[in-house]
Amino acid sequence: MDLSFGPEYETFRSEVLSFLANNADKAPKGNDLRGDAAKGWQKLLIENGYTCRTIPKEFGGYGAEPDIIKSRIIAEEFSRARVNAGLGGQGISMLVPTLLEMGTQEQKEQFIRPTIMGEMLWCQGYSEPGAGSDLAALSTAAVLDGDEWVINGQKIWTSTAQIADWIFCLVRSEPDAPKHKGISFLLFDMKTPGIEVRPLVDMTGHANFNETFFTDVRVPKHQIVGERGQGWQVANAILGHERETLAPANTAQTRVNALVDLMKNETADGARLVDNPVYRDRLMKLQGKVMAMRFNELRVLSARLNPGQDPGLARMISKLEGTELRHDIEGLAIDVMGEIGLAYEDNPHLRGSGSWQREYMYFLGLIIGGGTSQIQKNIISERGLGMPREPKFEKAS
Amino acid sequence: MQFGLSEEQIMLRDNINRFLDDNSSLDRVRAFADGGDDADIWAGLSELGVPALLVPEEQGGIGLTPLDAAIVAECLGAHIAPTPFLGTAVMAPTALAASDGDHDALLADIAAGTHRVGIAFGEAVKRRNDAHVEVRGEHMFGTSLFAFDADADSYLVADQNKHLYLIAASDPGLQRTHLTTVDKTRRTVELTYDSVTAQCISRDVKVFEAVLDIGRVAIAADTLGAAQNMLDQAVQYAKQREQFNRPIGSFQAVKHMCAEMAAQLEPCRSMVWFAGHALAELPEEARVTACHTKAHLAEVAQFIAKTSTEVHGGMGFTDLVGLHYWFKRCGANRQWLGAPEFIRQEAAVLQGLVTD
Repeated sequence: MDLSFGPEYETFRSEVLSFLANNADKAPKGNDLRGDAAKGWQKLLIENGYTCRTIPKEFGGYGAEPDIIKSRIIAEEFSRARVNAGLGGQGISMLVPTLLEMGTQEQKEQFIRPTIMGEMLWCQGYSEPGAGSDLAALSTAAVLDGDEWVINGQKIWTSTAQIADWIFCLVRSEPDAPKHKGISFLLFDMKTPGIEVRPLVDMTGHANFNETFFTDVRVPKHQIVGERGQGWQVANAILGHERETLAPANTAQTRVNALVDLMKNETADGARLVDNPVYRDRLMKLQGKVMAMRFNELRVLSARLNPGQDPGLARMISKLEGTELRHDIEGLAIDVMGEIGLAYEDNPHLRGSGSWQREYMYFLGLIIGGGTSQIQKNIISERGLGMPREPKFEKAS
Repeated sequence: MQFGLSEEQIMLRDNINRFLDDNSSLDRVRAFADGGDDADIWAGLSELGVPALLVPEEQGGIGLTPLDAAIVAECLGAHIAPTPFLGTAVMAPTALAASDGDHDALLADIAAGTHRVGIAFGEAVKRRNDAHVEVRGEHMFGTSLFAFDADADSYLVADQNKHLYLIAASDPGLQRTHLTTVDKTRRTVELTYDSVTAQCISRDVKVFEAVLDIGRVAIAADTLGAAQNMLDQAVQYAKQREQFNRPIGSFQAVKHMCAEMAAQLEPCRSMVWFAGHALAELPEEARVTACHTKAHLAEVAQFIAKTSTEVHGGMGFTDLVGLHYWFKRCGANRQWLGAPEFIRQEAAVLQGLVTD
């Protein structure tokens, strides 16, 4: 057991801290994906190696060797200082790693630099009305006509589709092949004729997602990643990683700390909620769970650094446990506030800018999205515990 | 950075597990439950150095860390082994090593496995009806309930002031009566003190707290082992048992129960490791971590004890399968050295959220 990162990393940490001290005022506020401030900040972060750190220089990245500890230190210090850690979005978090692994040299050159610089915003076209948990059942058709794919069908849950420049999209290109082998991974411009984006208002009252319709959308043949029929492998090259990072324990810890403050300030009949033994016990239970999840993540990190170490099921359970835990934390905050916990949007009695209700609902979305809790339990029991698979039913023909 | 067990610790775990596989089988535990003793198991573990783990090297021990003790506790819980480990090998050496007095001879005997120390902490942790301990001068009066274990040579008793005393089991003023509980893998006693000679070990509350904390982490580790074993048995059973021409483990209703158990238990392993590590290395975090670890493991184990029994269907309810020994071990661990509700209250007090 050795929890120190060593003197080399403490030096690195102080470099990050001094960068933050000198530059934090230049960081954009809020959730701006497209503004000049966001792009300028992104450029500065890349030049200093604080984002897109391991992306090769020839594609516009910083070109460092992968170093999990340095990445963690950067994330920790930016989060502690509450400073914007650079552009996110599915282009940077999902498409760029996919291209680095499976893309051609031309694709890497064409797409990675503008994507990480914020010039090219992407959306992800995976889920369909008929293909949710069973994603490989997707039916959006791509038929080759000369040098072009002709695409017809519908995607759902396409976040940022209304502002995206391009889409990376799973389509069925080989209708006669087995379902996992008939999918291709295409890239195309969202301004292509035949694309219609309709906002999908969700329970938060906002349109966080869209429905995206394709009618005879024509896409150049070469805008495919991997071979025809290999789309499933291309998409899965990085899908597992997405799940792990949906509900990190450090953020859960930050929320529990905020909940403690809330319970010290909110009162009922003049008594602080933290002094109420029932609510306090619920708080302590959640604090204990968050603690367990923090150490679980430490084990995952350690297993990455020390290849001989067995992480057990630590990685596999993090999406299921992490998202359910966040939902519970936000839910307790609402409960301790009583009627005030119902306040929303422009209500003048809002606490924490309305984040408790928003996150409470948002995390219910995450319990469902990215592989539902039930799908996670299938994965844990079948791959983790080696239990027999559910018998498969073939489509009646 | 390495968060996990060292090669030596993995070797320690494997050695203890190998010994217990051979010497603390379910049949052997049943023999203890039916009135037999645990002498051969403890003698074997003593040869492996278990009671010497936490005894400092100067006193004839091995001088290992609380994390090592937690690793052994996990093995014992997995095998529901009847041993005096908690008092003799964990709490007593911690108390004696922190005491101002000279306990070299006693520590050497403990390390050799020839002296068992029981614990009676109920008075200081949470006094219940029918129990009361009072020390006047050098003499102890009153009653302790559920002291562990039944065959100890001496007892470490904590009073309401959180002072620690050592009393001899052979003291003429001591009466020791067996108290039946649901957990037949360990035996507890009622101690009645009628002017029993009480040797003061410590009047320092910090010593009491250190002894309590390590005891709680050891219990949490025992619970981890017991709960993991119940989950393993449930998964095994669900893979073999067939109904409706399928292994029941292929039904989502059953496999999701197993996944839920695994998902809740896996982080507990890291939590126990950290809690053990913190006791020696991170004093500012150690106390709150020990509280949360004991309480959280109690809750997760309660869920697993129930759910793994359900996965076994009717067989889980029988004595034949014997799963109930683990069920009851988890149940006893939940109450020993502080029930989860009280421990979470302690965690809140330790963080200054409320005053006691």
